Amino acid sequence: MSDTGIGARVARKEDHRFITGNGRYTDDINLPKQAYAYFLRSPHAHAEIKKIDTKKAQKADGVLGVFTGDDTSADGIGGLICGWMIHSKDGSPMKAGPHPVLAQGKVRYVGDHVAVVVAETYQQAKSAAELINVSYKELDAVVETAKAQSRGAPKVHDEAARNTIFEWELGDKAATDAAFDKAAHVTKLDIVNNRLIPNAIEPRAAIGSYDRGEDHFTLYTTSQNPHVARLVIAAFVGVAPEHKLRVIAPDVGGGFGSKIFIYAEEVVCLWASKKIGGRPVKWTGERSESFMADAHGRDHVTKAELALDGEGKILGLRAKTIANLGAYMSTFSSSVPTYLYATLLSGQYNIANIYCEVDAVYTNTAPVDAYRGAGRPEATFVVERLVETAAREMNIDPAELRRRNFVKEFPHQTPVIMCYDAGDYDASLDKALELADYSGFDARRKSSEKKGKLRGIGFSNYIEACGIAPSAAVGSLGAGVGLWESAEVRVNPTGNVEILTGSHSHGQGHETTFAQLVSDRLGIGIDQVQIVHGDTDKVQFGMGTYGSRSGAVGMTAIDKALDKIEAKAKKVAAHMMEASEGDIEFKEGSFTVKGTDKAMAFGEVALAAYVAHYAPTDDFEPGLKEGAFHDPSNFTFPAGCHICEVEIDPDTGVTEIVNWTAVDDFGTVINPMIVEGQVHGGIAQGVGQALTEGCVYDTDSGQLLTGSYMDYCMPRAGDLPSFQLGFTETKCPSNPLGLKGCGEAGAIAAPAALMNAITDAVGVNDIAMPASPQTVWQAVQSASSKQAAE
Amino acid sequence: MPTVSMKVNGDTVSGEVEGRTLLVEFLRDTLGLTGTHVGCDTSQCGACVVHVDGKAVKACTALALACEGQSVTTIEGLAKNGALHPMQEAFRENHGLQCGFCTPGMIMSAVDIVKRNGKKVKEATIRAELDGNICRCTGYHNIVKAIQDGASKM
Repeated sequence: MSDTGIGARVARKEDHRFITGNGRYTDDINLPKQAYAYFLRSPHAHAEIKKIDTKKAQKADGVLGVFTGDDTSADGIGGLICGWMIHSKDGSPMKAGPHPVLAQGKVRYVGDHVAVVVAETYQQAKSAAELINVSYKELDAVVETAKAQSRGAPKVHDEAARNTIFEWELGDKAATDAAFDKAAHVTKLDIVNNRLIPNAIEPRAAIGSYDRGEDHFTLYTTSQNPHVARLVIAAFVGVAPEHKLRVIAPDVGGGFGSKIFIYAEEVVCLWASKKIGGRPVKWTGERSESFMADAHGRDHVTKAELALDGEGKILGLRAKTIANLGAYMSTFSSSVPTYLYATLLSGQYNIANIYCEVDAVYTNTAPVDAYRGAGRPEATFVVERLVETAAREMNIDPAELRRRNFVKEFPHQTPVIMCYDAGDYDASLDKALELADYSGFDARRKSSEKKGKLRGIGFSNYIEACGIAPSAAVGSLGAGVGLWESAEVRVNPTGNVEILTGSHSHGQGHETTFAQLVSDRLGIGIDQVQIVHGDTDKVQFGMGTYGSRSGAVGMTAIDKALDKIEAKAKKVAAHMMEASEGDIEFKEGSFTVKGTDKAMAFGEVALAAYVAHYAPTDDFEPGLKEGAFHDPSNFTFPAGCHICEVEIDPDTGVTEIVNWTAVDDFGTVINPMIVEGQVHGGIAQGVGQALTEGCVYDTDSGQLLTGSYMDYCMPRAGDLPSFQLGFTETKCPSNPLGLKGCGEAGAIAAPAALMNAITDAVGVNDIAMPASPQTVWQAVQSASSKQAAE
Repeated sequence: MPTVSMKVNGDTVSGEVEGRTLLVEFLRDTLGLTGTHVGCDTSQCGACVVHVDGKAVKACTALALACEGQSVTTIEGLAKNGALHPMQEAFRENHGLQCGFCTPGMIMSAVDIVKRNGKKVKEATIRAELDGNICRCTGYHNIVKAIQDGASKM
């Protein structure tokens, strides 16, 4: 291993600009003659728009334009799309209502986009918006997930009867029912996976700029996938064709899924720039807008059952889930509660029979889409809460019950599509048990009891499917795009290298880890490598960053392009050293001729490739630049074991996390420091879901009650412990680097581990998330009164 | 519009502002110092923390006019003569940042925490003191480590 190659714990290249205040986020960019947009949003969860009077606003100081849905539709601007087709059990396609960028006749959630004001300053735009007079006819709202399909519930879209977008199923119902019929024990849980608001600390922002001379648009936007944004805006929304639209996603301050999607604001800024004569139009979201109108996450209501034989062998799993997709179908919303959820219900276990039904519903709430983990945290929560509960009910140690059911042979075909390619679940469990000192838990529990505290321990043996490919497979499941990745390696004449990647970094450290791969392959320092991403004019195409795919898919594309670079460079070296190509060896940055002392450094060969004095031929061109597309042959399957230990004060209900152990198998680790950071952050988001966070709408009015950091409790440093991490490694066989992905694991594993620990401490089967002090205190009270009654 | 004058990162600056102009708007929009970030509208996230007369202040919660004659240090002014402040170095060394958006406020708060609590500031104190700075990426683990490391070198 070199100092900066694969496996090296190197400090990040990108950090210098961030720690000195020189990052360049979308809101830091100001273009000449820039105007500002403010969006007038719906104050109602559900209402007909009778009339919008913009006359006064049009005349207000500094106003350049006031536009409504009538204006966008008059210009042929289409609606936003959901790019993953799901079919119901009966074979019918999902029932998607229209998703206009500015409301057309109706508003469907608090925060829905009614009109946009463009003015010289942001304050002028905001003030003028107050002069817009909208006549609404308020309608009853449907808010709660479990009630969306009720008879008589208000209808969000005419297209979707009973607010039902699809009724989907996966697995063999008859076989699973038969497995339950012969079970010695059945564990049942009603599970609510609470709705979350992603809250990347950088609010979304966009600058749309139309160049009249070139008839060309540029969009600066806070996006995790600028090429996908360009494709959708060009092909479906129709603001401009692809070759007339450049999308730039500069430094992006966190995404966690919420910046994958194509939103109304960026489309409208782009369109409005042309509308006002070519001046750039900038919008920067306020945090209140992020709460209202960024896509939310999770929001499942599930009935789940696990069937076991007398020895604790799992025979089957059944789940019925209602997934709330909000008022409109966001970009990838339909895939989250289906193919990213039910396909993971086998967990780490050999379960012969699984059947899952998912109803997706519309409600008068913000759209719901992928949020860190996307479907896989929901699946893990179902499986790991069931397994832990079954262990308690059957009086079997929870680690032992898991062990009895682990998949031990690979490849392993589950009954729910996935084929696990590699793993060692005993190894991660063993290591976690040791690091967490599981054998000492009883003594620690006794000492907590002496202090009057309740102590509990909980496991989460998660598995996830990352990479979200191969393209043919996801295509057959309904994806509108292929999920490969592209890379281009440009070697400069002086021997340093630019890597153009379709992945996008918004905190993951690609500028460092991708450079580490290049350093390893070419024998040059990471300071000789520049990673270029986030600009559709520079990078030809790419699918962006989500689903923990940038390593396994994005880096593999770079690796393939580097193979081609090496092959071409060997040709050049052979010419230069007058040797046969087959005799050229390349190691640690040096080309040598087998059996001789002839050698050329990588930089010398690069220069020779461009100077081209070696007489290139028709089939041997000058230069050293290669590209590659990589489409994986399978998903990757990171897995691991998290063990959480909590201490609860029964008098206050306050939960303290006293120990968190995470042992993960991510395959090859490029930079342990960065991977650990990803795990820490993921756990924190999972802890947030379980302990502090929960989106709350008023169930009658549909008003967002958790609309600011005053009401929506983000985890603070004081809510979290330091984490104890360990790693095991089985290489991923479906990519040459052996990478699996690490970005979502913590968020997937954490909620189940924490809720298993809390319910263990309190002595109940279920406590709702977030387990606030009030909720826990009430559970303690009812558990102790139940105990007294017995 | 009234004019406000203050010292920012050692330079005397002045500019026309509205009565409602916030310090963070003056820094970002008038002076072009975009290292100070805005992450919320309720003074909670701490991405905008700067030092005013040596004390940590949320620049979204101070009016520009209220800082008349005061001395403001932003993240851009923390490194001296091209040498990073030990706290900046510690954040880099300990991977105390990911997306970098909360980082300027975190570092400015961290310097203030150490000034008030000393070089041997304890983990529990740091965690409690960071109540006004939200990070969504790191889970705070490495931020806490970075602050302890930076403290020892300040």
